Amino acid sequence: MTARKTPVPTPVLEAVGVTRHFDVSGVLGRTQVVRAVENADLTLHRGEIVALVGESGSGKTTLARLLALFHPVTDGEIRLEGTVVRPGTKAAKAYHSSVQMIFQDPFGSLNSMRRVRHNIERALRLHGHAAASKAERRQQVLELLERVNLTPAEHFIDKLPHELSGGQRQRVVIARALAVRPSVLLGDEPISMLDVSIRLDMLNLLARLRDEDGLSLLYITHDIAGARYLADRVCVMYAGQLVESGPTEEVIQHPKHPYTRLLLESSPDPERLMNPELGSAFDRTVSPGEPPSLVSPPPGCRFHPRCPSARDECRRAFPGRTEFPSGQWTHCWLHGSGGNRLTAPSNTGDHQADQRR
Amino acid sequence: MNDSPRNDAPRDEVLLEVRNLTVEYVQPAPEPGVVACRDLTFDLHRGEILGVAGESGCGKSSLITALTRLQRMPAVTTDGEIWLHRDGGPPVDLVRLSERALRRLRWSEIAIVMQSAMDALNPVMRLGAQFADALREHHRGMNKKAAWARAAELVAMVGISPDRLRAYPHELSGGMRQRASIALALACEPALVVMDEPTTAVDVVMQRQILSQVLHMRARLGFAVVFVTHDLSLLLELADRIAIMYAGRVVEMGAARDLYSDPQHPYTRGLRDSFPPLFAPRQELHGIPGSPPSLTNPPPGCAFHPRCARRFEPCDDRTPLLMPRGGGHVACHLHSTAGNDAGPVPKEMSL
Ligand SMILES: Nc1ncnc2c1ncn2[C@@H]1O[C@H](COP(=O)(O)OP(=O)(O)OP(=O)(O)O)[C@@H](O)[C@H]1O
Ligand SMILES: Nc1ncnc2c1ncn2[C@@H]1O[C@H](COP(=O)(O)OP(=O)(O)OP(=O)(O)O)[C@@H](O)[C@H]1O
Ligand code: SF4
Ligand code: SF4
Ligand SMILES: [Mg+2]
Ligand SMILES: [Mg+2]
Repeated sequence: MTARKTPVPTPVLEAVGVTRHFDVSGVLGRTQVVRAVENADLTLHRGEIVALVGESGSGKTTLARLLALFHPVTDGEIRLEGTVVRPGTKAAKAYHSSVQMIFQDPFGSLNSMRRVRHNIERALRLHGHAAASKAERRQQVLELLERVNLTPAEHFIDKLPHELSGGQRQRVVIARALAVRPSVLLGDEPISMLDVSIRLDMLNLLARLRDEDGLSLLYITHDIAGARYLADRVCVMYAGQLVESGPTEEVIQHPKHPYTRLLLESSPDPERLMNPELGSAFDRTVSPGEPPSLVSPPPGCRFHPRCPSARDECRRAFPGRTEFPSGQWTHCWLHGSGGNRLTAPSNTGDHQADQRR
Repeated sequence: MNDSPRNDAPRDEVLLEVRNLTVEYVQPAPEPGVVACRDLTFDLHRGEILGVAGESGCGKSSLITALTRLQRMPAVTTDGEIWLHRDGGPPVDLVRLSERALRRLRWSEIAIVMQSAMDALNPVMRLGAQFADALREHHRGMNKKAAWARAAELVAMVGISPDRLRAYPHELSGGMRQRASIALALACEPALVVMDEPTTAVDVVMQRQILSQVLHMRARLGFAVVFVTHDLSLLLELADRIAIMYAGRVVEMGAARDLYSDPQHPYTRGLRDSFPPLFAPRQELHGIPGSPPSLTNPPPGCAFHPRCARRFEPCDDRTPLLMPRGGGHVACHLHSTAGNDAGPVPKEMSL
């Protein structure tokens, strides 16, 4: 088992009630507001891996970019070791030595005119980790390439980015981030282009960095099974809002929010093949509908137009946060109007997952 | 009709017979060609979903473009036959068919769905007009009104409201565009639909939605599908049979269930074990050591031997042939009986 049980309780990086709106020009040149992230709380502890999952366009990248100080927040704050940091300030420069972001698109994030060696050496130099002699620096780069399984490293060190496949480029980007020796890594689908057989090695590498070096990682992914393999906690995002979070096993085995359940039901699971009782997830004829607009999101719970359990109150108001003894929390009217629920939760949310096992 | 869309299509009648198909990327002399598909032989039945899985660069897309004759230079089909059986007509060999005859088969017998819907949809044409064009090309005499009405039925089948027919592709979401391109591929009721990573760019909820619709439409229309992806875990649930490709060859082929529960080839086993489970107990997993080979310079013998934990004496220089085993086929010396392998690799291939 790769995920660890209890993280050390010192938040390294924290988003507190962060909101990010984008102005875009709409019809007739009128400005519209895209509500990409709304009032999100997210904590990363030392030596902890948190997976951030949710559908395309739900705001995962935007939240990671806020954490990386890549965008200013519209509201709320980002704290590093308890201290508020803002983009452009002095504190922000030091920040980038501790917090490294791996961007979703490995094509855009490497200097395309420069060889792999230069791209990585530059990161070493900028953050004061470069060795004095040229031979030693070469050795540093080779070691980083080997760590991400780009072997033989000599074969890759003098390549230009366009000479590499998508998966190879993603590994160069990871190697470059590791060159900085960050305490926090924000990985936006960092291994999505890797072949499956190599993906596992990267997941194991990230788990090792967490266990041995105390690295904290925010792991954005569409691969729920992979998230379960790696992460200590999972956060689920829907239409700009975090709707559920908790210890990985709890969220996967006992999802509380109907969207989390839809996500799990939709994820590939070959076990369904062997166990006819589970039924094929392809059998459902009902269409789960379209993702909502973030310019004029549905009122109340944003999931209500697609939710099989939607009721009147769901259309009227956004549900408060309900906390569970398992360490999970969710925003859903099925679990009450918010406030702490420390008695046994209703089993509405557990129904399907329980049937599965 | 059965409740499950997986099980109710006829499976006995052969639709496509692929024999010794070899596809090369011709290189400037004196370089030898890159062989992307080598000696592929398989049958596809009417209404069947055949999945093709394998790592990046193993030749999946090369197979798809060869099957549909959409390949471009430097890709060339250098050997083999692809027999398409048609209702009320003699079978035709797609490899040798004239461009003109081929054009008549495209869309009406064979359709393709690519990874990017933008490759299939015309960005400056309304969605409905694109359907109407495709329909009227194949049903001469169909009037415009009837064509738009049929288009409305088709998009409704993939969950798009018919009033979106007046939209341009860029006005639709990525998932809607992909579903529209699937509906377009099915417009002329082809017998065969080939799909190359049709859902790689969409999230799992949308993927499940699109593929459910494909299965329900298959149950209604009875077309067969060749579905290419690197995501074996998805394929196991979706396909009736699966072919596993490695370095341009099919190394194992069999029913999805058998491949999952009892893979015969060490590579298939490695691939299966590279997917962490969604619900089963967690344990540390290890991928397949090494990386997929380059086809410019594939390893001699069994191309998997540098990564294979079970490699033994014949593997380094004798290529195992695809042989029947159980209900399926496998190409591995662990299962080949004496005299059944392809013998030492000829010099020019082992370069
Ligand atoms: N710079 C920007 N200007 C305007 N809108 C933006 C900008 N960046 C993101 N958005 C919008 O914010 C929303 C959230 O986008 P984001 O990229 O964070 O989603 P995501 O969850 O990462 O999706 P994916 O899984 O597809 O990567 C989307 O509606 C997107 O169009
Ligand atoms: N134009 C080309 N010239 C030479 N070799 C090529 C060309 N296009 C592809 N190849 C080679 O043919 C092999 C098969 O490519 P193909 O695109 O069929 O792989 P694939 O299995 O579809 O991979 P992916 O999963 O990355 O899409 C690759 O190893 C590639 O190096
Ligand atoms: S609040 Fe209502 S609509 Fe939203 S997820 Fe819960 S039950 Fe469904
Ligand atoms: S033929 Fe040999 S090397 Fe190839 S898969 Fe079988 S045992 Fe492994
Ligand atoms: Mg993103
Ligand atoms: Mg391909």
